[in-house]
Amino acid sequence: MQKHTFTISLFAGIFVLTAMAQFGVINQYLVSVIMLMGVNIMLSTSLNLVNGYMGEFSCGHGGFMCVGAYVSSIVTVLLFSKNHILGAPLLPPSLALFAFPLALFAGAAVAAVAGLVVAIPSFKTRGDYLAIITLAANYIVISAIDNMEIIGGPRGFMGMNATVNGMEGLLDIPWMLLWVLFGTVFTVWLLRRFVSSTLGKGVPAIAQDEIAAEIMSVDTNRMKLIAFMLSSGLAGLAGGLFAHILGYVNPHSFDIMKSTEVMVMVYLGGMGSLSGATLSAILFTVLLEVLRPLEIWKWVVIPLLLILLMQFRPEGIMGNKELSDLFPKLKKYYSFK
Amino acid sequence: MPLLEAKGLTRRFGGLIAVNDFNIELGEREMVALIGPNGAGKTTVFNLVSGFYQPSEGAITINGKDTRSMRPHQVTSLGVARTFQGIRLWGEMTVLDNIRVSQHYRAGYSLLDCFLRTKKYMGREAEIERVAWELLEAMDLKEYALELPRNLSYGLQRRVEIARAMSLKPSLLLLDEPAAGLNSADVEGLIKLVRWIHETFPVTIWMIEHQMKVVMSLCTRIKVVDFGATIADGTPTEIQANPAVIKAYLGDDTI
Repeated sequence: MQKHTFTISLFAGIFVLTAMAQFGVINQYLVSVIMLMGVNIMLSTSLNLVNGYMGEFSCGHGGFMCVGAYVSSIVTVLLFSKNHILGAPLLPPSLALFAFPLALFAGAAVAAVAGLVVAIPSFKTRGDYLAIITLAANYIVISAIDNMEIIGGPRGFMGMNATVNGMEGLLDIPWMLLWVLFGTVFTVWLLRRFVSSTLGKGVPAIAQDEIAAEIMSVDTNRMKLIAFMLSSGLAGLAGGLFAHILGYVNPHSFDIMKSTEVMVMVYLGGMGSLSGATLSAILFTVLLEVLRPLEIWKWVVIPLLLILLMQFRPEGIMGNKELSDLFPKLKKYYSFK
Repeated sequence: MPLLEAKGLTRRFGGLIAVNDFNIELGEREMVALIGPNGAGKTTVFNLVSGFYQPSEGAITINGKDTRSMRPHQVTSLGVARTFQGIRLWGEMTVLDNIRVSQHYRAGYSLLDCFLRTKKYMGREAEIERVAWELLEAMDLKEYALELPRNLSYGLQRRVEIARAMSLKPSLLLLDEPAAGLNSADVEGLIKLVRWIHETFPVTIWMIEHQMKVVMSLCTRIKVVDFGATIADGTPTEIQANPAVIKAYLGDDTI
């Protein structure tokens, strides 16, 4: 029974949050902050696989998020909205509920393939040089979309609301909140299963001594392929959800600024800790909202906090420990595998 | 068929010839030493055998399989395990995890198996964990299973590194200066450990070692290299009396 306590309370939490949003206990603003939190958790945990567990420095996570956002948006717009280029909707809105997860999956899959742009060079390149490649990958994605007039170019792309409306037409509950919460749980669950397996432990082995890893039978190229594709695929999933929360995407929402934000979350939380990345994503989202009255000055305050953090706790909030390492008693309830 | 056969092995780095026309044949359950002065090319030979370097000339076959163009992890899965001159454990991973990860090639399940925790996954993981605990038990490391290697003494780290190599269930174990940096008590322990491994497991041990005490008390055959070339090959007593070996170690006695 205790083994399932965590899973049960997780799903109960999702249910309660959705019910509260449904009956107006929490207002629309709070709901959107929670959704943003979910997306940020997905981004920071997935980037942690590369920057934390594998010890590489990927600074192009926004690019993969962008791929996922655009691909899933194009799929849902093609299927459910009237668009002056893509034409009339192909499916009735009642099917939106079933097609939406497939569109998200398509976005994640294409983003994972885009991850190859970084994964293949990583076989031979490490450290600073690979960081530059990830940066280039980010720019390639943004510039390519900027130049695609068919999907709006720099003006952005919209029409995703039709899908959300379609789902709400079927049953009037806050669907996007539900999808984001499920997406977040799915992401952390998937990563958790991967990094706790013998297969997944090959990733930190590469970070700690790549030569020893290769000599001790770890196929380092395969591990890098898995790590980069899983990381970028989950970023793509987050991007798809993000696009459908806003109902509008613009390539410049995913530029180096976004990638930096995600990196800040990873280093704030602690490298190689999924609970750290989750906590820091929550904290970071709250911080952004709390400091909103400062307007543009918040971009002075937040980096300043980061400098202080690096000075006094360079390993991040959690170091490379998980919540269950710090509080062993939690292990009885906490078997999120 | 010999377990390992190296023929005309040569490796050049630019103009430097690190290994020159090196030949060796190792049979099953042998215990052989490779000695020579510093910079003689001993570690380069190990790097060639474990697939870390590609030979400039010559060939290596392990159990009859040509290892040229194989990547190190593929050579390892043919049954070659090694330790390193400087200890190369994964310092931020527990001793147990070190010994789990080194069985990577035995995992053999797909990523999907890993996500879905299939029967295959559970079976393989249980097997890996069982092998790890058995080995830790057998090598007196059980009490350190959940420690980080960097918190252990040098002697213990060495023992963990050998345990990690043994978790690959190798038929050929390469030990690169296993006694380097150990105190005399640890060296005694090491000799016992290596002898025990050789008696217990069906493994050929090939070691590079400077401490003659270790070499003389363990090995039945010694190969001496200098400047990349083999200068002597024989039993410990033959080597001790070999003038070429004495010259390589002590220099020419003509003034």
